[in-house]
Amino acid sequence: MAEVFDERLGHADAADPTLGDVAIQNYTINFGPQHPAAHGVLRLVMELDGEIVERVDPHVGLLHRGTEKLIEYKTYLQALPYFDRLDYCSPMCMEHSYVLAVEKLLDLEVPLRAQYLRVFFAELTRIKNHMLNLGSHVMDVGAMTPNLWLFELREDCMNFYERASGARMHAAYFRPGGVHQDVPLKLLTDIADWLDTRLPRLFEDAISLVADNRIFKQRNVDIAVVSREDALAWGFSGPMIRGAGVPWDLRRSQPYDVYDRMDFEVPVGTKGDCYDRFMVRVEEVRQSARIMKQCLAEMPEGPVSSLDRKVAPPKRADMKRSMEALIHHFKLYTEGFHVPAGEVYVATESPKGEFGVYLVSDGSNRPYRCKIRPTAFSHLQAMDFMMKGHMLADTTAVLGAMDIVFGECDR
Amino acid sequence: MSSPAPVYAANDGVIEAARAALGAAFLDAQDKVGEVTLNLSRDGLVAAMTALRDTPGLEYQQLMEIAGVDYPERPERFDVCYHLLSVTRNHRLRVRVTTNEAQPVPSVTSIWPVAGWLEREVYDMYGVLFEGNADLRRILTDYGFRGHPQRKDFPLTGFVELRYSEETKRVAYEPVRLAQDFRSFDFMSPWEGAEYVLPGDEKGAQPEAKGAPSPVTADQLAKADKAIAANKVDVIEKKTTEKTSDTGAGEPANAQAAKRTRSPRKPQPQNDTTSADSDPAKKPSTRKPRAKKSDS
Repeated sequence: MAEVFDERLGHADAADPTLGDVAIQNYTINFGPQHPAAHGVLRLVMELDGEIVERVDPHVGLLHRGTEKLIEYKTYLQALPYFDRLDYCSPMCMEHSYVLAVEKLLDLEVPLRAQYLRVFFAELTRIKNHMLNLGSHVMDVGAMTPNLWLFELREDCMNFYERASGARMHAAYFRPGGVHQDVPLKLLTDIADWLDTRLPRLFEDAISLVADNRIFKQRNVDIAVVSREDALAWGFSGPMIRGAGVPWDLRRSQPYDVYDRMDFEVPVGTKGDCYDRFMVRVEEVRQSARIMKQCLAEMPEGPVSSLDRKVAPPKRADMKRSMEALIHHFKLYTEGFHVPAGEVYVATESPKGEFGVYLVSDGSNRPYRCKIRPTAFSHLQAMDFMMKGHMLADTTAVLGAMDIVFGECDR
Repeated sequence: MSSPAPVYAANDGVIEAARAALGAAFLDAQDKVGEVTLNLSRDGLVAAMTALRDTPGLEYQQLMEIAGVDYPERPERFDVCYHLLSVTRNHRLRVRVTTNEAQPVPSVTSIWPVAGWLEREVYDMYGVLFEGNADLRRILTDYGFRGHPQRKDFPLTGFVELRYSEETKRVAYEPVRLAQDFRSFDFMSPWEGAEYVLPGDEKGAQPEAKGAPSPVTADQLAKADKAIAANKVDVIEKKTTEKTSDTGAGEPANAQAAKRTRSPRKPQPQNDTTSADSDPAKKPSTRKPRAKKSDS
């Protein structure tokens, strides 16, 4: 009896070493939750056959902070900064869905300059996010230099963030009704200079190092191929679905703010592998820069926040003279505004894909329910079938091309 | 619609097409805030979802989200909202079924494999069961977590907290201890249908204090009112002046008057709202309103 067990466990060879009799079993390893290539706190329970991945079971939720529950206890304005902390690599795009959802429930008009500013900064955020993702993707598969160069650009984006909102990451800049404050003209001209000189130079340099690099291609081409049908069935969005060849971009098909005035291309992949996803993001950076330049050229003067004083706070200067402004300010920052009862699902094209907010209001000043649709959930879930038959070392490439941030995935 | 929210294909005809395609599973539908919601019956959900995906003219290829909502006051307290997206028709649709803690919802994993995790999340957060989901484990909460945190009756603070215990050299779970009570502010406007009395407002319901100094209890006010009602004092009786006493001036005071000893008078009960001790109701005052002595 003991021998049977020994044989099953692969111990038999010690006593009776016959070649070919050794039963090799699949074994299970933990990838993470403290792995530097896991992009945060991902725990992958992987079943390996030698070095071939048989099954992947991602364990998520290690960064679960109960954001949705917390939001139910906050006013609509107090809930906004939680969105910065979801996908902390693209904070303003997270806010974008939320403010649009609130505005849709309120049926609130937003001044044109505010819409331009939001599109402008959403695209800056997209560049910022892709700088991190592209850089860490190439580093995950072995290249060091591009990551350092792209981080330079990311640092620039952070500085622009700081000059616009006062914070380098958690901006809380988009507000229901517009944006928090107008930007100085010097910031816009500096960004325009940056778009013309520093961004293309550094970015194209960094990408030229990897885009045609043999090692990089060997690590990415034909890895984790996803067909169009699979991409649809698994709820893919963003670069993941465009990489699979579906020309689906919410900025184009369901335009919000002033995206309908913007002229840009939607890049798509041809094979649906990791390399396609990488190159889709590379092209998106160029298109984002294009959109930002259009915004700079067309942006009108005017107010940057709704003039509806029941939603957007008055100017500081008004509060010095107008009693009514003072009362509005006080009411907005204590009680907040009440949102008519109803429910909306508003999704925007965040750098990682469709980021949706399902907002249920009961007419009070706090959301009754705020369900956040993370992009990472559907992508990470597909990891199992994407990884099947690939080598263990491909895990990092697949993860890198998925662009997952756990602040958003776990909420 | 004036808000800059995402614009997709018009909702016209969607409800009719869905009603025709779904048959008995279709209960009712709304088109509110620019979004179409179908309420479906739980039992026919899988067939209805398949029809929504495959019927030409509906073609909702993608399931983007499953959201639970809790309405504890309803018998079937949970909403399960499926958010569908059609990439060919560029349209979004919400499908809603209701359930409670015990009734399972049929799983749609056979139609959209992405539903696996989405249903796991609804199960984790609300305890809604999904029949046919082969892997209905918790997903976001901790290993070994108890309860369903998104339910409205689950407290925001939770029940347990963790700390690293130096004695046992491991993480220890303990009941939550709050250094300060959980504060929940009610922002219902007191002018628009609040049912409670704000602190301080209870006086408003009582009769006006008749010139009383402000810290007056409701008891005193009631007494004062009773007294006034019993007295029926007509303060202004007449306005003729025939005697000197009517003038309000009285006799001219002089040194003699000051010396004169007056017979001690019984203290008259003061007709005063502040004096709660004397009860003027027992002894109605019959005196005329005394002309006030000027203190000159």
